[in-house]
Amino acid sequence: MLFDRLGSAPRLLDHATTDAAGPGVPDLSRRRFLLAAAAIGGGLAVGFRVAPADAAATAAPAAPATNPFAAYLRIAPDNTVTVLSAHMDMGQGIYHGTATLVAEELGAAWEQMRAEGGWGDPKLYGNLAWGGAMQGTGGSSGTFSSFDRYRQAGAAARVMLVAAAAKAWSVPASEIKVDKGVVSHGSGRKASFGELAAAAAAMPVPADVILKAPDAWTLIGNETLPRIDSREKSTGRQDFTIDVKLPGLLTAVMIHPPLFGAKVKSFDAAKAKAIKGVVDVVAIHRGVAVVADTMWSALKGREAVTVVWDETGAETRSTAEIMATYRELAAKPGATVAENHGDIDGAFAGAAQVIEARYEFPYLAHAALEPLNAVARRNADGTIEIWGGHQMPDLYQMIAAKVADTTPDKIVLHVMKTGGGFGRRAVFDADVVSEAVAVGRAIGWKAPVKVQWTREDDMRGGRYRPAYVHALKAGLDKDGRIVAWTNRVVGQSIMKGTAFEAMVTNGVDPTSVEGSAHLPYAMPNRRVELTTTDVGVPVLWWRAVGSTHTAYAVETFLDELAAAAGRDPVEFRLDMLQGSPRHAAVLKMAAEKAGWGARLPAGRFRGVAVAESFGTVVAQVAELSLGKAGAIKVERVVCAVDCGTAVNPDMIRAQMEGGIGFGLGAILKSKLTLDKGRVVEGNFDGYEVLRIEDMPKVEVHILASNAKPTGVGEPGVPPIGPAVANAYAKATGKRIRALPFAQSLNT
Amino acid sequence: MYKLTINGKSYSVDVPASMPLLWVLRDVVGLTGTKYGCGIEVCGACTVLVNGEPERSCDMEVKEAVGKQITTVEGLSPNRSHALQLAWIAKQVPQCGYCQSGMLMKAAALLRQTPKPTDAQIDAAMSNVCACGTYPRIKAAIKAAAGIAA
Repeated sequence: MLFDRLGSAPRLLDHATTDAAGPGVPDLSRRRFLLAAAAIGGGLAVGFRVAPADAAATAAPAAPATNPFAAYLRIAPDNTVTVLSAHMDMGQGIYHGTATLVAEELGAAWEQMRAEGGWGDPKLYGNLAWGGAMQGTGGSSGTFSSFDRYRQAGAAARVMLVAAAAKAWSVPASEIKVDKGVVSHGSGRKASFGELAAAAAAMPVPADVILKAPDAWTLIGNETLPRIDSREKSTGRQDFTIDVKLPGLLTAVMIHPPLFGAKVKSFDAAKAKAIKGVVDVVAIHRGVAVVADTMWSALKGREAVTVVWDETGAETRSTAEIMATYRELAAKPGATVAENHGDIDGAFAGAAQVIEARYEFPYLAHAALEPLNAVARRNADGTIEIWGGHQMPDLYQMIAAKVADTTPDKIVLHVMKTGGGFGRRAVFDADVVSEAVAVGRAIGWKAPVKVQWTREDDMRGGRYRPAYVHALKAGLDKDGRIVAWTNRVVGQSIMKGTAFEAMVTNGVDPTSVEGSAHLPYAMPNRRVELTTTDVGVPVLWWRAVGSTHTAYAVETFLDELAAAAGRDPVEFRLDMLQGSPRHAAVLKMAAEKAGWGARLPAGRFRGVAVAESFGTVVAQVAELSLGKAGAIKVERVVCAVDCGTAVNPDMIRAQMEGGIGFGLGAILKSKLTLDKGRVVEGNFDGYEVLRIEDMPKVEVHILASNAKPTGVGEPGVPPIGPAVANAYAKATGKRIRALPFAQSLNT
Repeated sequence: MYKLTINGKSYSVDVPASMPLLWVLRDVVGLTGTKYGCGIEVCGACTVLVNGEPERSCDMEVKEAVGKQITTVEGLSPNRSHALQLAWIAKQVPQCGYCQSGMLMKAAALLRQTPKPTDAQIDAAMSNVCACGTYPRIKAAIKAAAGIAA
């Protein structure tokens, strides 16, 4: 009844994208869409379905669709328009972005827009930057992935609303206008979307829609559009997973193994069970869970549990030992080659100067402010609902079904906004989600249960930015040009042994070398090698992934080479960027806006860096001063970004500001250390992040572009480290080659 | 049983004496605007006002809160229109938003003490962690709420 029209209008819409969005971004020009709509709850729901032929052509298996309400947008009788975002929102603002795209084409009033997480149909929500068959958030792909489909959904809904009005008023559709949420005709007839929604759902679904030309946009590119969730988030009313309220909800805390790879041998919960409020203590696949009426009771119970661990095969090395091994490996040829061009040996032999440098990068924790959590409940009909920051929901659905010993169609996910994330919630084994399901099952599903990690659980629970060592070597000719370049990267693979293993080619995990290999700089003789290490520390993508270390090594080394060549660092780069116009333009813009070359006040020093990640190019000029005892104060950062069409300029600025703060905290202060396999840092006292007094003034300049949008969630991070390091070298003559700065400056 | 006054209302809670105010607010009273971030008073996500002073509720035992006026983000203004909240919205401060309740409470205490704070005073007072890096906008919003020209 309600859904019988879903998929009932299988007419193909040829869809052309405008441009090559950048390396690694697939060409979608031949992708075809099927348009569908449904009447739901007296309103209208509109979505597109990817044509089956395309879906079948992609690699990842699609989870069964279980949510019949899946759509891109819904118009309710109360006149609200709710966008169901294919991408989860961890603060990057993608709900705001998708709502902007829909509202633009729909002709909605901004005030009537709402946004929430969509899930339940990978054909609808699949990430197009990942091939389209699996829903997921990551790689700064949200706006790219949803730019066309959400605009098309908005346009289709507008056509149907107009058709409904035309029928009701007996006037030609061509005479009807839609503006700021009002459908009107010259005769004076007017109606809201809510009033027309039910009738619109019975109108023919348009076979094709014409999207607005960019010069007609009023919301896309609007500098002052209020962020869709600022009010909730400024009044304490935004609910996260930690805030989920359900009747009878219990809270569980985990006891995880003290070493990565250790397992529970036995545990004694007698004392814990005697503590008021403790409901149960259960062993699950990832440790022991203490279940209680409140978080505090659970924590008191946890203190009283003793666990004996089987540490056979666990990782017991210290980070000092791991890094020593990496240094040795970096002195030998790499096990695999990511890129190799020209005659390296010949070029080095003929070089006037040869310069070498080795860089060291620590493990880093994501340290999002909301520690990991998930809520699970089994209903009378056997369905299991799971609330969480589901960053890869289709995968989590399958894992949850396995853990619950049921079928995937019984799993229903609620995608919650998260208190940060930075990559930590896109995890191959659905860690905390699987824990919530396992705990629910272990207590016989007698109540809904929230598994809530403490800060220490979160920081010591694994899945870090991998530690790396890079060894770089370059030859300069007598004119100061780079004639040879080698970069040897040593560290763990993020994707090896995971569902993403297919991305590893010839032994090279692209996330290990992105930003090292295939540089935008013209270098005739270059080789990038990779030695992937085998360490039992779980690793993961961390905001900007490979470029968090590769851009630091490349961009500080280039600065060193420019100095050795007696060249200005901007000019030195521009000479090599003639074949990379976007990089050149961004670098020039940052330099110009920062007053590069102009005199600075005494005691101020500048550094520059440019890096591309996820198809977006960002250049930053950092200005720093040195306080007493050499303390670094980054005073100002001028940031230029080319992310294609700027959908939400203020979100772009916010993400650049945030990326700079996040990256700056990491390079100045953060490191995660292992002592004989045990994580030393547990909280923000030992694992330091940026505080307000260290935050520079940030100016963001967005390059004008009509290209298809690329991401902004991550690309603000990579340039800040090298820009600051280069400014520091200018100030002191010292090159910081082991991060964080705090460690290098203290040794 | 402890009697608490939260946002001007009285509550009686039957909890252990050692239970931190944070978990009383969140798990017992049901006021979840106050967030858990670290549990050791270093991140400030749990900041509330106790007799007008900013306190990190994660390490304040419930018995310490008896007889005092506790204000959480839900009670910062009667209709969610505190000058800081309006400034937070106008400056589009929040990204993930998780730390912002604590930030707002800290800022409210700052402006009560120091109606026209300098940048250095804002830096000194706003010691909470924002992992998203909204610090420049927090600073701008505090100044806007204080009527200080940018």
